[in-house]
Amino acid sequence: MSKPIVATTSLAGCFGCHMSVLDIDERILDLIHLVEFDKSPINDIKHFTRKCDIGLIEGGCCNSENVHVLKDFRENCKILISVGECAIMGGLPAMRNGIPIRECLEEAYLNGPSVKESNQIKIIPNDPELPIMLDKVYPCHEVVKIDYHLPGCPPRADLIWDALVALITGDELKLPYEVIKYD
Amino acid sequence: MKSFTQKAIDKYGGNKTRLMDILIAIQSEFGHISRESVSQIATELHMSEVDVEQTISFYHFFTLEKTGKYSIYLNNSVVANMMGREEVAKAFEQEAGIKFGHITPDGLIGLYETSCIGMNDQEPAAIINNQVFTKLTPFRVKEIVRDIKDGKDVNDMFSASYGDGANRNVLVRSVVTNNIRKIGPILDPEYKVGEAIKKIIKLKPEEVIHEIKNSNIRGRGGAGFPTGLKWEFCRNAQGDKRYIFCNADEGEPGTFKDRVILTELPRLLFEGMVVAGYAVGAEEGILYIRYEYKYLEEYLENILQAARDKNYLGNDILGKKGFNFDIRVQFGAGAYVCGEESALIESAEGKRGEPRDRPPFPVEKGYLNQPTVVNNVETLCAVVKVILHGGEWYRSFGTSESTGTKLLSVSGDCKYAGVYEVAWGFSVNDILDMVGANPKKIIAVQVGGPSGSLIAQNEFSRILGYEDLATGGSLIIFDNTHDLLTEVVLNFTEFFIDESCGSCSTCRILPTILKNKLEKILNARGVMKDIDDMEEWGQILKASRCGLGQTAANPILTSIKNFRHLYEEKIQKSKDYDTGFDLSKAVFEACEVTHRLPNI
Repeated sequence: MSKPIVATTSLAGCFGCHMSVLDIDERILDLIHLVEFDKSPINDIKHFTRKCDIGLIEGGCCNSENVHVLKDFRENCKILISVGECAIMGGLPAMRNGIPIRECLEEAYLNGPSVKESNQIKIIPNDPELPIMLDKVYPCHEVVKIDYHLPGCPPRADLIWDALVALITGDELKLPYEVIKYD
Repeated sequence: MKSFTQKAIDKYGGNKTRLMDILIAIQSEFGHISRESVSQIATELHMSEVDVEQTISFYHFFTLEKTGKYSIYLNNSVVANMMGREEVAKAFEQEAGIKFGHITPDGLIGLYETSCIGMNDQEPAAIINNQVFTKLTPFRVKEIVRDIKDGKDVNDMFSASYGDGANRNVLVRSVVTNNIRKIGPILDPEYKVGEAIKKIIKLKPEEVIHEIKNSNIRGRGGAGFPTGLKWEFCRNAQGDKRYIFCNADEGEPGTFKDRVILTELPRLLFEGMVVAGYAVGAEEGILYIRYEYKYLEEYLENILQAARDKNYLGNDILGKKGFNFDIRVQFGAGAYVCGEESALIESAEGKRGEPRDRPPFPVEKGYLNQPTVVNNVETLCAVVKVILHGGEWYRSFGTSESTGTKLLSVSGDCKYAGVYEVAWGFSVNDILDMVGANPKKIIAVQVGGPSGSLIAQNEFSRILGYEDLATGGSLIIFDNTHDLLTEVVLNFTEFFIDESCGSCSTCRILPTILKNKLEKILNARGVMKDIDDMEEWGQILKASRCGLGQTAANPILTSIKNFRHLYEEKIQKSKDYDTGFDLSKAVFEACEVTHRLPNI
């Protein structure tokens, strides 16, 4: 049997979850025996080269590009996993959700103390190349169907490792208390 | 403002359990409760400012921001919409030159939405500075706004004649009509004040309770707890003092029968409270009445004074040594959940109307932690008749499980909306026939308000009574011209979202999630799973602390059960999953701010 193919991405996240993937330490060598990687910041493959089995998503959707990437993942991966608080709930970026996007942008580019003087022409970046901000930060499952959620900020390396192994081998995932204890 | 606030505080003896009354006085006088007043109240009542603020923020009719000199609260209930509210709302916005939720720049007019104000049989209706204006039309709106701009007093703005019966009373002078369509033992106008009191003072309190138990009367608010048993529990509970509450909060959309009793038969109600006081051993009765009925205040106070003059209230009532009982009127300030008895007690103590954990029940620890009976207006009226004619006589009406009569508040698509007193045991079909509804055209009846059920034709043969279709008496009738999901279910669900006290996470969160699901289906983005999810998730609300939370999914659950085809018609058949996410909607605002085209 050929090895399952894994793709990963970070949307509106901090890359902490990807760091946690690397935190599996020497088990990364075992991982390479288990799976192959396609599109991922880990190997710097920018576009899908083939259909994948598992997609790991870090971060929620805060702009139009996030939405496109996420939809692309949904199309190319059999199983999608929301990894970490931001993908599952929106996380820290979602703290802006109580504030209208207009106010956020105006504060960031027009009225904030650090930009008030410097942005004399009163412009909010609007190059067509830039992704467009969404009205709020959406958790991934509000945009596409998500199959599994791995909680944590970031989820512990052990949890990511155990979950991947369980998924690939078909064994039951063991979730000991220490792995999902956050305080 | 400072001296007025001080006067209001002094009037209630600096007692923080009377915070509601103090706030009502200040709000009525100034159209808001200023920060200065808040700190003054906090200092004088030895409370923290946030404690004062949290009470203010809980109630719809209290505001920290200034409202208009004329505050127009237009009802947004289902029936109001059916009767042409939209045109009326537009007319208000046009004439006043502002949108709802705003006040005019000169501070003259404020436009606000409000939940059902108990005028379902005469919609569209609005409350302007505590006066109720019914059967509004765009033309009438023009007149009203013109009068406002001329600076007329709200009491001088009625152009038509006053309503019927006691609505014409010089102390009421309201255009509200009673629309009493059918009378029975309770609405019997032949009632003579004081006969029941004369009778009970010859009996022992236990004998009074026995007679009430013998009648099998159950609470008329909707829950149907046996009244005699409630009184007995309260009488036997440990406490220094006992209290009788009359629940006249009547917030269930579609219900207005208590308003009619309060207008036409307040003496009967007060006599019922005296009877309850005697039976239970209470010396103080409190009529908790919703703010929407503030226009009845003077009238009710006047009747209470007359009762005191005749010694129906006061000390040694009618010469019975040691039988002391008096009644005070406590107004709410706009919160549906205060109809729940423990929330009502919290509110009467000057706090946020959040339901308490039970047990202990109010009969053990209620108002000020003393044994308290909370009875519906109609229940207290009925007990007077039970005392006068006996429990056996009372049982001759209705069915074995549901004795006596019930006042129904009927509104919607029928010829004769209004109040009907009928014995329990009639079917919905009988009622439809009685109120002049065309049985061929009627597709649905909302029984018991939003917390009850939306039933379809196949259930019209069901019987009104605790054993089958229990109801607090609200029947809203819909004919085949209505889109039930948009007009009824969505409206009711939004109502529950607005009225949640926020205490339980279930009731604070789930109704919003369910509403989003419903809107997704209405927007043609729904899939079969959404219907299943709503059914399943709606059950979680049963974990809420009070009846409001437990029933908040009922509009959705009962409509899925009885009108599933309406949902299935609207869902996407080709998909089994859709999040309903709409990228073009999500980027709309940012595009506006940055002046970009959505090149998505």
